[in-house]
Amino acid sequence: MRANRSRTIAALAFLAPNLVGFLVFTAGPVIFSLGASFTNWNLQQTVPTRVNGFANYSELLGDHYFWLFFVNTLYMMLGLPFALFGALWLAILLNRKVRGLGAYRTLLYLPSFASGVAIMILWKALYNPDFGPINETIRHLFTAVGVHADTPQWLQSTHNLAALDVEKVGLSTKQFGIGARDALILMGIWIAIGGNNMLLYLAALTNVPEELIEAAQLDGASPWKCFANVTWPQLAPTTFFILVMSIIGGLQGGFETARVMTSGGPAGTTTTLAYFIYSLAFEQFRIGYASAVAWVLFAFVFVATLINWRFGNRAAEF
Amino acid sequence: MKRNYVTGVKNGAVVALLTVFALSTVAPLLWMLFTSFKPMQEVESGNLLPKVWHRENYGAVFEQVPFARYYMNSVFVAAWVTFLTCLTSAMGAFAFARMEWKGRDALFRLYLATMMIPGVVTMIPNYTLMVKLHMLDSFTGLIVPSSFGAFGTFLLRQFMLTIPKALDEAATIDGAGYWSIFVDVVLPLARPGLIALAIFTFLGNYGSFYWPLVLIKSESLRTLPIGLMYFDSTYGQQTNLLMAASVMSLLPPILLFLVGQKHLVKGIAFGAVKG
Repeated sequence: MRANRSRTIAALAFLAPNLVGFLVFTAGPVIFSLGASFTNWNLQQTVPTRVNGFANYSELLGDHYFWLFFVNTLYMMLGLPFALFGALWLAILLNRKVRGLGAYRTLLYLPSFASGVAIMILWKALYNPDFGPINETIRHLFTAVGVHADTPQWLQSTHNLAALDVEKVGLSTKQFGIGARDALILMGIWIAIGGNNMLLYLAALTNVPEELIEAAQLDGASPWKCFANVTWPQLAPTTFFILVMSIIGGLQGGFETARVMTSGGPAGTTTTLAYFIYSLAFEQFRIGYASAVAWVLFAFVFVATLINWRFGNRAAEF
Repeated sequence: MKRNYVTGVKNGAVVALLTVFALSTVAPLLWMLFTSFKPMQEVESGNLLPKVWHRENYGAVFEQVPFARYYMNSVFVAAWVTFLTCLTSAMGAFAFARMEWKGRDALFRLYLATMMIPGVVTMIPNYTLMVKLHMLDSFTGLIVPSSFGAFGTFLLRQFMLTIPKALDEAATIDGAGYWSIFVDVVLPLARPGLIALAIFTFLGNYGSFYWPLVLIKSESLRTLPIGLMYFDSTYGQQTNLLMAASVMSLLPPILLFLVGQKHLVKGIAFGAVKG
């Protein structure tokens, strides 16, 4: 009994620095934030802070900006399948064990590794509609094939490939085209395609039993049949894991790009929920309302996590 | 013979595809590098390579903004966060992985559960906490809240679980206490894990954007990402200088990556031989 207690004390001594930090900067704030979401707390107003029940949450349901930005967040996630299948394709190519594999892998990994403000500033310059190299190249191509068309305005345009309307949730054919959201999606694919997902797929591919593929080949299966019926099912746990993690990341995403590249514009079209929360909390200082939006975002993420726990293969994670 | 020919063609196709992908990955980065050496009037000219390599751009960045200070601030903050995170995570992981005590697994599950909470949820209360503690606009405010990661504790715990328990028992029989088991037995064997965590933490903090953005107001305390962002919004027309600044801010992580890769492999090999 004594030994037990002294062991617990020793363990707590080791844990103490970590546990104090965890309680003060993680666990405490989570509870505090939930509480704050039921108040009208505003750091700048002189109005006394008071509990206002579900007022923030019901305001949120009727706030058409919230829904617009939610749709933006979902739209920006349309790049996920491209990033996923792109990563898989690259991994399959790399898995052929050609010469210089290591160099290719390092090069392809570079963007996701270096991603950050510097890379965003770079893409801002690349997307410059008048002088940027992307439009420069497109203009050359147009001249070469004899097409007369306008080059995209990229980050300066509210257009989008789903023809989403600007001021309200809905569709408008006038908005069809390529605009800021598509530009950010494209950049996101460039960053993510050779990153961790590719490495996960590469690891998973080396775990696909060689004899399964050989057996299929002996049965005369075409390479495509072989992939569809042998490799792809074997990769299912990895695909599921990558998909869920990407959705979780995507729901919380878009803050840094919006802050650095677009300020959430034009006309709020690149404002995601994460950027909305930032601007509510740190520009308008509406701590209570911002906390409520943050908790709704948390609820979405939680649902995705539950799906992962319920259906995911844990082995794929580590 | 025929088979070899077919594989040869296939491999050729694979190499060609990979080369196309690698080129499209590298092209924007090369454009950044070349543009950083161009004089301003040449930036919009459309040729890829600069006619004359204009190295002065790099010096000009340091003249226009306190870039050296941003560098030092970033490295200072990231180094402290890395040191503290490794220390607190290693000690915590030791308690979770190598000691038996009541409530251990329940507490560990709580740690794990918090890892899925979006950063913005805790960001707002932490900001108001910093206001209360008068840590706004200070390095202390940048360093302290970032120095206790559930992730690091989790990572090192997983790593420490792979170290044979018999080593602890042998040390206990030799009369070693928990502290000397931690320092002399577990830490040396957990070195590859520690190095990996150190690299992750350093890079993560070096590139960290949200927290410094809301916390830091003074120009002299800005870290690189924040400094870069304001450089872009203030002098956004000078694409060549912006690219020079971006190149410079990317150098430390790329170097660390190249050096760290080796260290990681070495550390793992070393640990395996010794174990």
